[in-house]
Amino acid sequence: MTQTRYSRSRSSDTEKENTGGGGGAAMRVIVPLQGVVQGRGGLVLGSIIPCALFYFLQFYLKRHRNDLDDQNNSNSPGLNSTTGSASSGKLAELPALTRNLSRGLPSPRSPRGPVSVSGRVSGIVKGADSPYYVGLRRVKEDPYDELSNPNGIIQLGLAENKLSLDLVNHWLAENAEQVILRNGKELSISRIATYQPFDGLMEFKVAVAGFMSQVTAKAVSFDPSQVVLTAGATPAIEILSFCLADVGNAFLVPTPCYPGYDRDVKWRTGVEIIHVPCRSADDFNLSIAALDRAFNQAKKRGLKVRGIIISNPSNPVGNLLSRGTLYSLLDFAREKNIHIVSNEILAGSTHGNEEFVSIAEIMDLDDVDRKRVHLVYGLSKDLSLPGFRVGVIYSHNEEVLAAAKKLTRFSTISSPTQCLLISMLSDAKFVQTFITINRERLQRTYALFVAGLKKLGIKCIKSSGGFYCWADMSGLIRSYSEKGELELWDKLLNIAKVNVTPGSCCHCIEPGWFCFCFATLTEKDIPIVTDRIQKVSETCKLN
Amino acid sequence: MAIEIEQPRVGLSKVAVSKTHGEDSPYFAGWKAYDENPYHETSNQSGVIQMGLAENQVSFDLLEKYLEEHSEASSWGKGAPGFRENALFQDYHGLKSFRQAMASFMEQIRGGRAKFDPDRIVLTAGATAANELLTFILADPGDALLIPTPYYPGFDRDLRWRTGVNIVPIHCDSSNNFQITPEAMEAAYQSADSMNLKVRGILITNPSNPLGATIQRSALEQILDFAVNKNIHLVSDEIYSGSTFSSSEFISIAEILETRGYKDAERVHIVYSLSKDLGLPGFRVGTIYSYNDQVVTTARRMSSFTLISSQTQHLLACMLSNKEFSENYIKTNRERLSKRYDMIIKGLKKAGIECLKGNAGLFCWMNLSPLLEKPTRESELALWKVILNEVKLNISPGSSCHCSEPGWFRVCFANMSEQTLEIALERIHKFMEQRKRN
Repeated sequence: MTQTRYSRSRSSDTEKENTGGGGGAAMRVIVPLQGVVQGRGGLVLGSIIPCALFYFLQFYLKRHRNDLDDQNNSNSPGLNSTTGSASSGKLAELPALTRNLSRGLPSPRSPRGPVSVSGRVSGIVKGADSPYYVGLRRVKEDPYDELSNPNGIIQLGLAENKLSLDLVNHWLAENAEQVILRNGKELSISRIATYQPFDGLMEFKVAVAGFMSQVTAKAVSFDPSQVVLTAGATPAIEILSFCLADVGNAFLVPTPCYPGYDRDVKWRTGVEIIHVPCRSADDFNLSIAALDRAFNQAKKRGLKVRGIIISNPSNPVGNLLSRGTLYSLLDFAREKNIHIVSNEILAGSTHGNEEFVSIAEIMDLDDVDRKRVHLVYGLSKDLSLPGFRVGVIYSHNEEVLAAAKKLTRFSTISSPTQCLLISMLSDAKFVQTFITINRERLQRTYALFVAGLKKLGIKCIKSSGGFYCWADMSGLIRSYSEKGELELWDKLLNIAKVNVTPGSCCHCIEPGWFCFCFATLTEKDIPIVTDRIQKVSETCKLN
Repeated sequence: MAIEIEQPRVGLSKVAVSKTHGEDSPYFAGWKAYDENPYHETSNQSGVIQMGLAENQVSFDLLEKYLEEHSEASSWGKGAPGFRENALFQDYHGLKSFRQAMASFMEQIRGGRAKFDPDRIVLTAGATAANELLTFILADPGDALLIPTPYYPGFDRDLRWRTGVNIVPIHCDSSNNFQITPEAMEAAYQSADSMNLKVRGILITNPSNPLGATIQRSALEQILDFAVNKNIHLVSDEIYSGSTFSSSEFISIAEILETRGYKDAERVHIVYSLSKDLGLPGFRVGTIYSYNDQVVTTARRMSSFTLISSQTQHLLACMLSNKEFSENYIKTNRERLSKRYDMIIKGLKKAGIECLKGNAGLFCWMNLSPLLEKPTRESELALWKVILNEVKLNISPGSSCHCSEPGWFRVCFANMSEQTLEIALERIHKFMEQRKRN
């Protein structure tokens, strides 16, 4: 077992050193204090101890005044009666206070208190009230349906692509059962039932590597032996966080960013995120200067930065990183000796005329820097199969691969799904057709939706990939603040009945930006959405 | 001439480089030996026979028959709706139909003696993930879980690696058939206390791995009382509950709670999986069943890191909700495992080897202590090496299960054909004969 950060052995030594009632009582304050300083004990001790010391000080001052009076009256109840020196006399006051204190502290030994859970639980309970999750819940309760629930809430807050599911479905209808169980022969479950390598079947890695190559228009050839498969991109990000950073370290993340990073990067790992804001003046493009500033500020605060996490195409804005920017990014990472994690999960969902350049192309060039670059991918977006849970970590760093492989035991892809997708992805004709048609449909829907918003006077940042329109609604918010933005979000959700994601969830520092996922809409839906938004925007303009 | 400045290697985290994954232990070394030279009935008859992997292959035919007759399970039917929803479904609540099927399956295994609420079921990609997730939720880094020995070697990795939590063993020994006693639990608790480790819970495996035996009712009551007394959690890993040879001998902690009117239930959490009972470890299906609402909610959110493929959920929902199939499967699987167990016990006895009396699981707990030169861990490992390299059997040494008594070995019997098992027994017999002669 590795060294724990919160070693209690020191406190037991100090306990041995201080004999006497005063010392023991003092330890009951000092030990938890050490815990607070070291980060253990959390909120409870962190607030009780300072409060207790404050009250003690008041109490002491009061008592001291009383004692002076008492001494003057010659019958001293004796602050100083039990111990010799004034200082331990002070400590002798503590027993009365600390005994109350320790009863107040949640202790697993107390049969009265409820059995306690870890500090992690409270963290996520707070997060669940963010608009991102509230919106998702509301849509679940009251989902729009053209026929059965035309007044329901339209979902534009979940990055799903429904535009090309029919293509996948068609393939499955023809091939599924055959593939999963029969594999061209008689039905046999033993092939898929037994334990498989946790990081995925080699056949599936080959198929996925081939798919990734097609997605980048064959610009990159991905080596299956550098592929680690995970149950979705969510654990892929978390696994990389565990591998590349220690508790208390940090990653630089340009914003606006995917709201889920707060959970994926930070929750269980104890790693921090430092947001590096991008500006509308730059069309929210990445600025190396801003990264540099953030890195230096972190250093001053004593935070060790271990890497940068970028998305390309970016989520939610939809920008592509140019070749030049990728090179600058690599220079920056090299200079600071940190990692780069490139989340390219939307690489197959580009719909503009710009060329998509995967960081893998850059990785192919320089041997040394290969070790610091790691790619995350998945089939949830590009193949519209989020339910099947397929994520990828791609890296040339053997140590990272070795550690990541072991960690996939906690997030393995189900074997029947792997078998099904091996067949699907190996069907080159299907894959090519799918990628092309999917892109066309994304482009068309995007264009229609942006035009629809433009008619309402709402401008979007030009996006080249992904499922979002990143729209500037700052003209419609009452106060140019997060509060104003959330008020508008609320109106959109409850009056317009449209669930969109407010920019603050994506940690955007400029209020008023919203992201609309258009890939769940049919052409028919678009005017319905824009009409509903218009109703709300008119009331906003009137105010 | 340019001066070459050596670039500092970009570093990895402590988690990444730690050895807590435990894969350097004999438990895993044996597997490597098997991988390099696996036994095969026809093409490699002198290869290593794998008896270190607790897999259940005795009932595949039952699964295949079901799938043959129910194609709707492995497809989505003609037309879009079923597939589309399924492919997009990534809700961490899990398919309701699947949770209902799991709840009902768990009830069937317990002979209807306990009820399970589908809304308390949290799905994870395997019990490995379920155990780790619970540890993240119930304990903080540096805290401790008490676990009775001998225990599944994977716990050292699953419960400790990323979580930073410690395991403090509750020592059990053969004097009372390795049963857990209140004295042993108290001793472990005090031991943790003296190391300044905060105990957050006790984790039991029932039926036990590696003992292959169920925990008795009286012991379960004592364990629950102990958890209540110390105000800690109780995790009951019941992944072998469907692999008891007779349905009446397994008592789940759920039954104990039922008889107590669910008092103190909020500290109890059950882990289950289809990897052992249904022989589907490749499917990666695990569950956490908790009586604690906060734990259920948090576990559900945390399960985002380890969701089960919706396709698999759909397939298994169909299969497990078919009562005819599931009842027949549970019954037949039990009979076949029981038969295998009898076969291996008889075979070992003939070779002069005794085992702990077992009534569940995919393995038996074999006593080779009379063969040890000295009653030490080193002697046990030396014997293990001989059995691996000369007898060509991969079995698991008790020391990798943290057994405090040297000389015990776990031997799996359900992951091979009967013929292969016969051959393994023959090899053991020969080995024992040789030993006697020397």
